[in-house]
Amino acid sequence: MDGPLNYTFQFGTVMDRFPELLAGAAMTIRLSAVTMVFGLLIGLVCSIGKVYGPRPVRWLVSSYVEFIRNTPFLIQLYFVFFALPNFGLRLSPDASAVIAMVVNLGAYSAEIVRAGVEAVPEGQIEAGRALGLRRLQIIRFLIVFPALKAVYPALTSQFILVLLGSSIVSAIAAEELTAVANTINSQTFRSFEIYTVVTIMYVAIVFAFRAIFTSIYAFTFARRG
Amino acid sequence: MLRTFTFYEVWLLILAARWTIILSLAAFVCGGSVGIVVAIARIAPYRALRYLMSGYIQFVQAIPVLMLLLLFYFGLNLFGIRVDAWSAAVLAFTLSTSAFLAEIWRGCLQAVPSGQWDAARSLGLNFGRTLLLIILPQAVRMALPPTVGYMVQVVKGTSLAALIGFTELAKAGTQINTITFEPVLVFGTVAAIYFLICWPLSMLSRHLEKQLRVGRMQIPAM
Repeated sequence: MDGPLNYTFQFGTVMDRFPELLAGAAMTIRLSAVTMVFGLLIGLVCSIGKVYGPRPVRWLVSSYVEFIRNTPFLIQLYFVFFALPNFGLRLSPDASAVIAMVVNLGAYSAEIVRAGVEAVPEGQIEAGRALGLRRLQIIRFLIVFPALKAVYPALTSQFILVLLGSSIVSAIAAEELTAVANTINSQTFRSFEIYTVVTIMYVAIVFAFRAIFTSIYAFTFARRG
Repeated sequence: MLRTFTFYEVWLLILAARWTIILSLAAFVCGGSVGIVVAIARIAPYRALRYLMSGYIQFVQAIPVLMLLLLFYFGLNLFGIRVDAWSAAVLAFTLSTSAFLAEIWRGCLQAVPSGQWDAARSLGLNFGRTLLLIILPQAVRMALPPTVGYMVQVVKGTSLAALIGFTELAKAGTQINTITFEPVLVFGTVAAIYFLICWPLSMLSRHLEKQLRVGRMQIPAM
């Protein structure tokens, strides 16, 4: 009966479970937002360490960045979830997901922000010292702020990849959007309908985040020159 | 009955890595073929076509690759079209790779100074010949470093095929982990194999980029 042409779509089944999908989408956004904040923090610290730190720090940051950037996120996730218990760290799927995502984004944002930090002219820092700015003020106003402004587009593209990549954590059954979709799929077998609806939800989330990033730029960086 | 993780298991992982490489090549070749068409259509002198391709890129780049995999693998089966894990994986990776490569290559095509277009057109070359003889040779130089860099993303991305049951390196890793229960060793080895494939590509990309900057100072590199 189920030939190519006489398949009947039943989006009703999916719509009945829509509240669950919405909860999954909320989890996806929460996971990604937490990752963006902490991943960027790690990236900032690492990039400043990479440019201004002593040799062992530079070497440490480089190996972290290279290792994470040249292995798949799925394997990093498996390592956190399956291997860390061997070292006495037993984590829930959600906690494993956040840790893997933050560690992953930390390496990428370190590499992105480093380009911005390196682009800060030496003279700018000397000028800051000459004006009597404190060390933290120099880092904040003369290094971090201009660096973030310079790499903002690259950084936000990476943030969008975090949103997309969060679907991978469904592999260890963290309860985000893709995991919810997989659960509903295994109960109803309405695969096409479910994955189509969920794909549209991801597209909507990504487009919303793109708009948010554009307005954040307009409100923070564009005004202060 | 647990098996121990020996060199034989390492060898099994290396054998599985062949499928990672084959899948990566398929994704890169198919995705690249579609990508170059999309990139050229994206700068073609037809407004409607440009908007359409821009929409394609924006849309595909907003979908998780895992969703594409699940959609092709489970979704198409219901229509009576038999899709095995390999075909679903190649289809999904082709789609996503094409969008990302198209966007990279569009940037390179547009980075060729527009005076080159004007000069070629004033010499009587049409769009196709200008593109082929004047623009592409210059754009390829600029496109090489980011393209090699993106190949790393393709290789890493193929690990997602494991989630629809295609046995490549990542899947072999989970299978061996369930029979040996040595997650540290198994996933450590799997990560090391991925690293050995990806790191040389990353280095090559960086090297090409440096060379480009030294060799052609007069062309503003992207």
